Amino acid sequence: MHLGFEWGPGDLLVYETNYKLQGSPLVHVVRKDEDICSPILRKLFNESHLIFVGLQKIKEDVPSKNKKSQFVSISKNYRSVIRACMEELQQNAGKHSPDTHRTRRGGCSRSVSILLAIELIWNLCEVLFIDAAPAGSLLLHLLDWVRLHKSDVDARAREVLQSESPAQHQSYWDVVISLVLQGRMDEARQVLSKQASLRAESSSVFKRMDVLLQTMPIFNPTGTQTLTEFDVKWRHWHEECDRCLQDNTFASNRHLETIVKILVGDEDTILEQKELLSTWYHFLVTRLLFTHPTIKPPDLHYYAQSSMNMFLGPRAPPEPLDIILLSAFEFDLHQVIKDCSIALNNWWFVAHLTDLLDHCKLLQSHNLHFGSNLREFLVLEYASGLFTHHSLWQLAVDYFDHCPEFGRVYLELQIERIPLDTERKAIKVLRICEDRQMSEQVRSICKIMAKRALRNNRLGSALSWSIRAKDAAFATLISERFLQDYCNKGSFTDLDLLDNLGPAMLLSDRLTFLGKYREFHRLYGENRFSEAAKLLLSLMTAKIAPRGLWMTLLTDALPLLEQKEVKTRTTHALHSHFTVVKKLDEDIESTKTELLRLALARNLAMAIVKEGTIET
Amino acid sequence: MFVAKSIAADHKDLIHDVSYDFHGRRMATCSSDQSVKVWDKGDDGEWHCTASWKTHSGSVWRVTWAHPEFGQVLASCSFDRTAAVWEEIVGESNDKQRGQSHWIKRTTLVDSRTSVTDVKFAPKHMGLMLTTCSADGVVRIYEAPDVMNLSQWSLQHEISCKLSCSCISWNPSSSRAHPPMIAVGSDDSNVTYSGKVQIYEYNENTRKYAKAETLMTVTDPVHDIAFAPNLGRSFHVLAIATKDVRIFKLLPMRRESANSSGPTKFEVQVMAQFDSHNSQVWRVSWNITSTLLASSGDDGCVRLWKANYMDNWKCTGILRGDGSPVNGSSGHAAALSAVGIPGAAQMVVGAASAGRYFFPHLDSPRAGSRLAHLLPPPSLIEQIYEPDPSHAPQLRQRHAANSIIQPAEHD
Repeated sequence: MHLGFEWGPGDLLVYETNYKLQGSPLVHVVRKDEDICSPILRKLFNESHLIFVGLQKIKEDVPSKNKKSQFVSISKNYRSVIRACMEELQQNAGKHSPDTHRTRRGGCSRSVSILLAIELIWNLCEVLFIDAAPAGSLLLHLLDWVRLHKSDVDARAREVLQSESPAQHQSYWDVVISLVLQGRMDEARQVLSKQASLRAESSSVFKRMDVLLQTMPIFNPTGTQTLTEFDVKWRHWHEECDRCLQDNTFASNRHLETIVKILVGDEDTILEQKELLSTWYHFLVTRLLFTHPTIKPPDLHYYAQSSMNMFLGPRAPPEPLDIILLSAFEFDLHQVIKDCSIALNNWWFVAHLTDLLDHCKLLQSHNLHFGSNLREFLVLEYASGLFTHHSLWQLAVDYFDHCPEFGRVYLELQIERIPLDTERKAIKVLRICEDRQMSEQVRSICKIMAKRALRNNRLGSALSWSIRAKDAAFATLISERFLQDYCNKGSFTDLDLLDNLGPAMLLSDRLTFLGKYREFHRLYGENRFSEAAKLLLSLMTAKIAPRGLWMTLLTDALPLLEQKEVKTRTTHALHSHFTVVKKLDEDIESTKTELLRLALARNLAMAIVKEGTIET
Repeated sequence: MFVAKSIAADHKDLIHDVSYDFHGRRMATCSSDQSVKVWDKGDDGEWHCTASWKTHSGSVWRVTWAHPEFGQVLASCSFDRTAAVWEEIVGESNDKQRGQSHWIKRTTLVDSRTSVTDVKFAPKHMGLMLTTCSADGVVRIYEAPDVMNLSQWSLQHEISCKLSCSCISWNPSSSRAHPPMIAVGSDDSNVTYSGKVQIYEYNENTRKYAKAETLMTVTDPVHDIAFAPNLGRSFHVLAIATKDVRIFKLLPMRRESANSSGPTKFEVQVMAQFDSHNSQVWRVSWNITSTLLASSGDDGCVRLWKANYMDNWKCTGILRGDGSPVNGSSGHAAALSAVGIPGAAQMVVGAASAGRYFFPHLDSPRAGSRLAHLLPPPSLIEQIYEPDPSHAPQLRQRHAANSIIQPAEHD
């Protein structure tokens, strides 16, 4: 058996075309498992679009120092959109009853876990690459990062503190230690005080721990303290903790003993808290907090690698997320982007992150003909994905606009495929093309619409679309249809359009004639006979009237000939035309001919008499 | 990739071709049952057959849509040695009520004395032109001088290719820099005739098509051929379905003198060559922006190929049609059976995604849990990736030279 296939917009049609057919052949609609169609992620796409457009507008002339804070705030905006989207997803997941929409709930939590991973990676990239925090601040940022992504500590702390006797709660010590592991010393002290008040006999020990926790130096990047001063202070505190450990100060309480071991940075003890740390990168940050609080960015990768190995052990292989984070700790940007584009099933993340990093001038450009650089390659992929969606495609236009190399040609190829279901949609697409001087696409859209209108016998619409398309041949054709209709019915349709053609009527001779001929009818209707006659005459003498219509024109002239104001010259001209018509078309109905001849003669006589009278 | 739905095409014999219209809202199918069917996508996203009629007195090989600027027009070609042009007419009101449309034959092109193997409309900027190729080795180019009268077609050019022709592809480039260009593939099985792909170019001076290039390296039968959209580049890209999938780059060479009237000469380079089908390849086709190439072969698979921004090509997806179970395809089976088509269960189109990992379901989206388990089960990876490790963009082989995005030098 083999398969045939056909590309469609956003999907692939696959059909069996084997030599032996069993039953009726099937055509399968195959989609890529991208998240474009997820209604929940639409919010993410919509809101990040605004941030993206804002980012592109950041001017080059802003001093680079101010720019950095701008970039950090844009990065935070992106993350808050991810967060908002995640929260909405979680709420939605909670709303459904357990039995219904199992698949949908599954999809929800799958999306949540993807968003969580995305936000985690993004946040780390923000700390390491965009904010590029120096030694000292670096650890503070990493602590924030861990706290944000391991927020169940707060829930458990609340649960413990709100229970009847917090100190007796089974999670009590877990909470204390978790807070210490995250460097949240004040909160740890607060929880610890519950225990201290109960145990009067060991209050001095608790007091000692309280002092240790309270005096732990925290680097203040905005203060006047230098990093060296901080380091001296921290070492002093560290020695103090170590002394307590050596003195067996806390030997009476194994929990306090554990805490003090953590404080001195005992790796085995910290590693024993695997359950509470839950991830190797939490372990990494805790380890740094109590051993190297002044860690410099270039040293990070060594600790990251060893923390991961220590935490995961030799048996568990690292997962893609681990490897992405490790690459980030190694400051290997391209690897992060590469691994993310493989691991995530949408281009949203890599496109937006790479774009931001590129604006921060963090990517070397790889000028290759296919996708001028990494940023453009990824943005093009993301925007092309949006184009397969029935409404999100409008966002994609702005993304293409900001791809200098291939954005334009991608937009041209994609936008002409947008189904023009309604006139409104066609006008929307048309505007986008007109704004970008995409004249070929403009012409094509108008032509498609004109053709469709004609097929459905909507002449007015067909004419106005072909005028927009500046399609002279088609305008001629439709004008002829109008005139034909007039000959058959004796009246015009779409008067609004015909009366307001303006300079557009110059597109083709036939259209000019149609416009002018309609004008003649209007003048006639307004009893402006002299002007009407003049116009009719000029139509005949300018020879833009189709020959087949000359007879009709002359018939139209009949009533005019009876009018008093018409001049001899006019009559003469009409008469000469009549002669031509008669010569050309021998089989003109004789009654009509006679009628015309009579009318012309009468008019001539009248005009001569009248003109003669005035002269004398 | 996954099978979103399956449509019972209701043809009484094999389907040979399925063709989307320009906007992707309609499709046409043709079959050995000598009929063509037109399907319209409803507002509900479902496909409804709106017309089905007998078109030829033999198997219908190909069906293709004209650009919507020319109205609703189809062309078909058949074993019965003819090609035909069909136009949809706005029917009676009761036709519309029944959701049926009416297609009438505008012309039958009877110049071929053998089976007409392919039919394609030329790029729209050339006007309404139709090209056929036939087993007797002749490419014919017809033109409808009056686009309002599709019953008049004049034979403008006859190109004798000497070899039995199986497929044609117009270069879609509408740039003024390139004259009209057409590639012709031959399925002649005699390997002693080399050069199964010929490229013809229109010459303004002689007003004739002249051979510009023969791809001498293609010696096996060719079953499909496809030019990629030009994207404003200085060269052309051509995909070929032969015993393998090949992508050629055609670089126009500078003319020796400005007024030389001969056809453009090209420097031909192979951009990529994939033998993963390990069998005859039947179809190749580009997506709209030519970022993806799809191919199908006798191995019963559709494969997707993608170039990264460094122009490295690799497989990014495989779709199996042999019914062999593919991990993670249970959902697809459900999708098929949900449509309620008899025989669907046996005909599961296994779909696997490569280069994209599945995220397993996480029960608790708590922030504290492992955030995401990004690696799919190992069995899936084995099925997804090519056996050649250099093709596999696996995370574990972090520094594989051939990876999607090249690792950068450290600053």
